[in-house]
Amino acid sequence: MPAVSKGDGMRGLAVFISDIRNCKSKEAEIKRINKELANIRSKFKGDKALDGYSKKKYVCKLLFIFLLGHDIDFGHMEAVNLLSSNKYTEKQIGYLFISVLVNSNSELIRLINNAIKNDLSSRNPTFMCLALHCIANVGSREMAEAFASEIPRILVAGDTMDSVKQSAALCLLRLYKTSPDLVLMGEWTSRVVHLLNDQHMGVVTAAISLITCLSQKNPDEFKTCVSLAVSRLSRIVSSASTDLQDYTYYFVPAPWLSCKLLRLLQCYPPPEDGAVKGRLVECLETILNKAQEPPKSKKVQHSNAKNAILFEAISLIIHYDSEPNLLVRACNQLGQFLQHRETNLRYLALESMCTLASSEFSHEAVKTHIETVINALKTERDVSVRQRAADLLYAMCDRSNAKQIVAEMLSYLETADYSIREEMVLKVAILAEKYAVDYSWYVDTILNLIRIAGDYVSEEVWYRVIQIVINRDDVQGYAAKTVFEALQAPACHENMVKVGGYILGEFGNLIAGDPRSSPLVQFNLLHSKFHLCSVPTRALLLSAYIKFINLFPETKATIQEVLRCDSQIRNSDVELQQRAVEYLKLSSIASTDVLATVLEEMPPFPERESSILAKLKKKKGPGAVSVPELDDKREAGLSFNQRIGGSIPASPCRCSTPSPSADLLGIRSAAPIGATPTSTGSLLVDVFSEAGPAAPSAAVNDDGFLRFVCKNNGVLFENQLLQIGIKSEYRQNLGRMYLFYGNKTSVQFASFTTTVSCPGELQSHILSLNVQTKPVEPLVEGGAQIQQVLNIECLTDFSEAPLLNIKFRYGGALQNLSLKLPVTINKFFQPTEMTSHDFFQRWKQLSQPQQEAQKIFKANHGMDTEVLKAKLLGLGTALLDDVDPNPENYVCAGVIQTKGQQVGCLLRLEPNGQAQMYRLTLRCSKDSVSMRLCELLAQQF
Amino acid sequence: MQFMLLFSRQGKLRLQKWYVPLSDKEKKKITRELVQTVLARKPKMCSFLEWRDLKVVYKRYASLYFCCAIEEQDNELITLEIIHRYVELLDKYFGSVCELDIIFNFEKAYFILDEFLLGGEAQETSKKTVLKAIEQADLLQEVRPHVVTLHYE
Repeated sequence: MPAVSKGDGMRGLAVFISDIRNCKSKEAEIKRINKELANIRSKFKGDKALDGYSKKKYVCKLLFIFLLGHDIDFGHMEAVNLLSSNKYTEKQIGYLFISVLVNSNSELIRLINNAIKNDLSSRNPTFMCLALHCIANVGSREMAEAFASEIPRILVAGDTMDSVKQSAALCLLRLYKTSPDLVLMGEWTSRVVHLLNDQHMGVVTAAISLITCLSQKNPDEFKTCVSLAVSRLSRIVSSASTDLQDYTYYFVPAPWLSCKLLRLLQCYPPPEDGAVKGRLVECLETILNKAQEPPKSKKVQHSNAKNAILFEAISLIIHYDSEPNLLVRACNQLGQFLQHRETNLRYLALESMCTLASSEFSHEAVKTHIETVINALKTERDVSVRQRAADLLYAMCDRSNAKQIVAEMLSYLETADYSIREEMVLKVAILAEKYAVDYSWYVDTILNLIRIAGDYVSEEVWYRVIQIVINRDDVQGYAAKTVFEALQAPACHENMVKVGGYILGEFGNLIAGDPRSSPLVQFNLLHSKFHLCSVPTRALLLSAYIKFINLFPETKATIQEVLRCDSQIRNSDVELQQRAVEYLKLSSIASTDVLATVLEEMPPFPERESSILAKLKKKKGPGAVSVPELDDKREAGLSFNQRIGGSIPASPCRCSTPSPSADLLGIRSAAPIGATPTSTGSLLVDVFSEAGPAAPSAAVNDDGFLRFVCKNNGVLFENQLLQIGIKSEYRQNLGRMYLFYGNKTSVQFASFTTTVSCPGELQSHILSLNVQTKPVEPLVEGGAQIQQVLNIECLTDFSEAPLLNIKFRYGGALQNLSLKLPVTINKFFQPTEMTSHDFFQRWKQLSQPQQEAQKIFKANHGMDTEVLKAKLLGLGTALLDDVDPNPENYVCAGVIQTKGQQVGCLLRLEPNGQAQMYRLTLRCSKDSVSMRLCELLAQQF
Repeated sequence: MQFMLLFSRQGKLRLQKWYVPLSDKEKKKITRELVQTVLARKPKMCSFLEWRDLKVVYKRYASLYFCCAIEEQDNELITLEIIHRYVELLDKYFGSVCELDIIFNFEKAYFILDEFLLGGEAQETSKKTVLKAIEQADLLQEVRPHVVTLHYE
């Protein structure tokens, strides 16, 4: 036991703490604690009334046990009793317990609030402070309701003691953060602002935090604070180091207050009043000058405090971004710090320079430090500092230094920490594309990336290099030659095989003249990698092979033989098998002309924002991508993914037998949409001209419909006569659905007609879905199956599914059937990968009540993790790992693409295995989408 | 500031102060994660790190780590000095403070912190003023405990 036991020692507590410390094992500790808990419980329950001291001691023990990490579920009432004690230390312990073990029991809250109210009106400043500290520590909504109107009064009253004012200001700040709607400054605004003039430095220090927070939310109401802040700052900056007595910290006058003043000014644009602005610029210059003066102390506290002010001043200078002279001075100052012996300063200088690099006034000045920054990237021992250096190189990159920076980043990648590789890869890819003067350099860089850090090269990166090669014919030959060479390596990364397969399939002919890369050599090279690759890559290679047959007829026999062998044509993977069968058939029956048409070179991709850039933005948040002239257009990643093929699963459904000529190389769905449109309008007329027994609203397949929310293929409907199968695929705001109508009888169906209508548009006249199709053959023979293709375009978000009405005659009787088509809003999701950081940032941004939809519901199915994951992925969103602090929970993110807009959606699903319940929360940038997704999903799990 | 944690080199939590509402479960998870991260860092490394969407500022004093989580726009260096000032306050109050003082008088450590920081913001940065407030409070205590007991029996 230590000798020190300040204040009133509680001997029993000290003995207990000693006992715990002497416990040899966790079990012994738990045993000792349980014994103590039993003892305290019996004391609290005993008949003998406990005196204040004992109560305090036991409450304090409970607190200690709780802080050790154990659960405490009693003692609150005794703590509340202590609040009304007139002995200070008892009251103090009571408040501490209440602050740490916040309880939501309403009866307790009433009692606590009563005690606080008494103390606030006691006029005893120590009691008032205790009460205010408690409110600030708990900061609950109930407390805000009870005290938010009272505290401003205390804050500005003339007779309030300084210490109470300080507590009141920060107490109000905490309440404002939790319940801004309850804290209304109104008439007090001007008096609060004038606290900046208070004589007591402590009052100003506390009040300015409140004023800053209020100014951020209501800048206009508080704008008078600017001139007051400037004059206060000016007085501090020009004061001698001893003027401020105890507010001087290691020879630096009022460092905390100075930083807060500079921070407050960052809520506003530069002062309009010339005199105020002049005074402020003078302050900033003084701060910069002081940085050059010899230190008044060797203590690190002195330099830290001084530099804290300096960095805050630089932040303000960057925020204004209008004083070239100050910006350049700031940059030079940071340049000095880049080589400082203090790691902390180097870190901060790199970080701060990143923002300076994006200012037109200081961009050039930042660039002069390139060698130092490159050196930091190579030699810093702390990965967090190296990360800052990489960020800064990225920010300072422009056309003049791109080659150097990209080369340095590439060489760094070879040894870079795993934690930052993926981001580095994205950055290199972006810079290479953005500043590529000749595209051969770009192709080299990306292939190097794949070689050095293949595992970290995400799909977006290699899609992008292919997009660019397809779109730029001046680089195609070079690309073909380079990938051909890269593939010679005995072990090359699978991503290299993908890029190689794709590019040779398209442009292999450009290098086929050289006997060293003749068609057969190319093919053998690719095929030598085939067996080591995953299924999607093999699928891509098969597509490359069929393209070879078109490009080089002389390879046809070899390739057909490969396709024909059992490992292809009988492959257990249905996608590979289907491709092998289809390609083999195509190559044997189609004429050269047909083959040339079907397998012609890919058309150029529409120019869009780089998908990689979009990914980096998602990773780092919008502020972090400081490369100028970026726009916010859509990424092109997914469409590319689908066109490359390999990602469209073949349906296992019995009825799906798409004709071999339909969609060969991935999905070329973009072109045919709307080719020969039958307007939905006229289809609608049909529905109403002949209102059959099944009205559009009475769809018979509600259950079947819901099964398709998380999947795209399967049997939609089946009865004794008819089976309807569905296969569908979606890309951005477009979709294509194949309907297969199978006649299960041996009798012909006559007058077979189908119509599709979208219910919503009847009321609103606003078309949210545009569905186009061609009429089907009116006769369906017994046992036959016919196919219908629907092209779907999502114009805006919707909640009603389109209806499919089917009429036909079977043995003379008219059959009429209405089905909901499983077109739901989630089909237009694009998955969005993001980090925990971004996820929470967005989550917070979507905090308006109507943006959120929530449901708590009983589990309808087992709660198996893998099944849940599969469903969430089927939903179309990205399933994010390591985001939710609770690993049991699932979080997803995606963007819904409609023609008119994109709706960002975040989802959180919290299973409770014990109760067999789920809580589902959705936050979307559009409230109707939150609602609809929540309805749809609540029935899925 | 969002929270402050004090923990030992062995990873034992000695003080925790949360300025944002979080569930006990979340607090435990954050503590576990952060203690691990900070303890894994080597002595000469920088005192700042990015962690989730926060910045973490930490410093080791003898056997104790002081660790604060601040927001994006907050100033790292001044936070480092917040830590130092708190250490100075503890030191002055206990008279060359050591980890044991904080274990056995944890409630005092909390009271001192409340005088210095409130709602995660500096309330009073003058060392004298904070200590005066605490000492005044100490003067307000009642008579010795055993006397009280006698009085009641």
